Amino acid sequence: MTACRQLPAVNTELKAATARLEAGPAGSECLVKVGGDWRLSEPVPSWIGVLGKRTGASVRVVPDELGKWDTSLVLFLLHGRAWCAQSKKDFHADALPENLQSLLRQVAGMGAPKPIAKAPVKPSWALVGTMAKKMVSHALEIVPFVGECTLGFIGVAKKPCRFRWMDCLVEMQQCWVSSLPIVSLVSFLVGVILAFQAAIQLRQFGAAVFVADLVGLAVVREMGPMMAAVVVAGGTGAGFAAQLGNMKVDQEIDALETLGISSVDFLALPRLLAAAVMMPILALYANVLGILGGMFVSATMLDIPATAYWIETQNRVGFSDVTSGLIKSLFFGVAVGLAGCLRGMKCDRSAAGVGAATSSAVVTGITLIVLSDALFALIFNVLGI
Amino acid sequence: MKNDTPATVIEVKNLSCGYGETVVLQDVSFAVHPRELLFVIGGSGCGKSTLLGCMIGLLKPFQGDVAYFGKSFTAADAVQRRDILKTFGVLYQNNALWSSMTLAENVSLPLEEHTSLTREDRQEIIALKLTQVGLSGSEELYPSELSGGMQKRAALARALALDPAIVFFDEPSTGLDPITSRQMDRLILQVRNTLGTSMVIVSHQLSSIFRLADRVIVLDRQSKGIIAEGSPAELAATSTDPRVRDFLNEDEDFPKPTNPPSARRSFDLFK
Repeated sequence: MTACRQLPAVNTELKAATARLEAGPAGSECLVKVGGDWRLSEPVPSWIGVLGKRTGASVRVVPDELGKWDTSLVLFLLHGRAWCAQSKKDFHADALPENLQSLLRQVAGMGAPKPIAKAPVKPSWALVGTMAKKMVSHALEIVPFVGECTLGFIGVAKKPCRFRWMDCLVEMQQCWVSSLPIVSLVSFLVGVILAFQAAIQLRQFGAAVFVADLVGLAVVREMGPMMAAVVVAGGTGAGFAAQLGNMKVDQEIDALETLGISSVDFLALPRLLAAAVMMPILALYANVLGILGGMFVSATMLDIPATAYWIETQNRVGFSDVTSGLIKSLFFGVAVGLAGCLRGMKCDRSAAGVGAATSSAVVTGITLIVLSDALFALIFNVLGI
Repeated sequence: MKNDTPATVIEVKNLSCGYGETVVLQDVSFAVHPRELLFVIGGSGCGKSTLLGCMIGLLKPFQGDVAYFGKSFTAADAVQRRDILKTFGVLYQNNALWSSMTLAENVSLPLEEHTSLTREDRQEIIALKLTQVGLSGSEELYPSELSGGMQKRAALARALALDPAIVFFDEPSTGLDPITSRQMDRLILQVRNTLGTSMVIVSHQLSSIFRLADRVIVLDRQSKGIIAEGSPAELAATSTDPRVRDFLNEDEDFPKPTNPPSARRSFDLFK
């Protein structure tokens, strides 16, 4: 055996022979000779230019050293045939290669070409309308899902052994591992930003030390839980939606249902519980990082020692402030879990559906977070906490 | 065999189903007998999958009833429904193995849900089921680590986990090469012969239909229902309905291939 076989010669012809067209009278008919290579990418002779001034009862097309050909020749012949039909002449193409003729027969019924229509661009207000309708239907879907989850949790409370504890633990782990770096960064920077803003104002009154009060309260009551929730909604919530959406597309959820396993019990509850448990822990962590951010700015910019800052924070931020934040974050966790699981389980059965479900989960999650935060602000205000 | 086996395992009575406003099937009635291999066939969009969806409870029928062993499935309450769900297994078109679980866990989950077997007993059953489908020793593998044919067999093992009286197959040979597809058919036949399982198979693989089917039901899109019923060979030979004949028989005036590679001097279209 030869170790290296000679490769077959590659067609080195750089430019194909151009398409040729000749027409001349032959008895009572007009003889049209087509030859050369017919390429869509190359210029081809025009039919009207050749035939326009010729007369004769019929037109006969014959090959003359016809080389390679493609759709350009087929179209050319179709045009010829149409022209002949219009001017009441016979059109003969039976001398052409058989495969070309069969192709002509195959497309004989082709209608007049239609303009290539672009998909109409909908006006923005129409899209706003569709979005609004979709939002309403999305919002209404939440209600029965909350009901199903509540019933599911009642079932779990009765029979805790049936709960997928292992899945829940795995989800918790996933949640904190994936959220920790971003929560750290975001909440530290939020502390820094708040401290900066406060410092600029408070320094004018010589009340720089109150930066600690402001940062402490704002972070512990609002920003810590909020930032943690937003980060978890964007990471874990979207993850839930993508995961469950994929399961829906692959019929894995159907497979559960036909086994008599409720997909809410099996898939949604462990994730909901995981999000609800992890969120306050992450919020507490975010609080610490936020206060550290404020402390950093005060120590470097305002020359307030860290101990003074800490003592001031301790004096001002009470237990009720921290717990009110953590209670909120528990609900944020439930909201994020609900949004993720709901959107995943209601996902369309397509790849695009999973993407839409994921982004919708984030939007729903953040909307629910802000809505419940506003509600809590009202409740805490009434209760005077 | 017991003498008190009922004459039918599934009875579909006047079933109408569809999606939203569109009715796909109207007034469909048929029965599945014990140990029977019933094929549901028909062109694309004729409602095969819709019928399957209705029978296994994924879709709510507009009208009519599906009854298992004489007990209505459509009108069943939660407890009855769970009991009925235990009597059948489903092999989905794209297998629908739970991708986050190993094969062992996949087969184990139906057992965990519906039996009070101990972990050791379950392990034994898992090993047995996986061996039955030719996948012994693959307990620790994840579905994504398997080839298409192996996934199909694993899905069959899961469908058989509870020793159901009925197994539904949604296009069992889609995406399988001819050899694997034949293996799958052999496996299906083996299960029926050994366990006496009734099987309802949605398919349009002609070879499988002729190899396996005891009886076929032909659905049609226009008629929104059953247009023929009988053994495939009989239908292919004697049916007067052109839709049935066209489906089951090869096209006789299929054009012979012309222009084979050696003769393609001038016909290199789009080269």
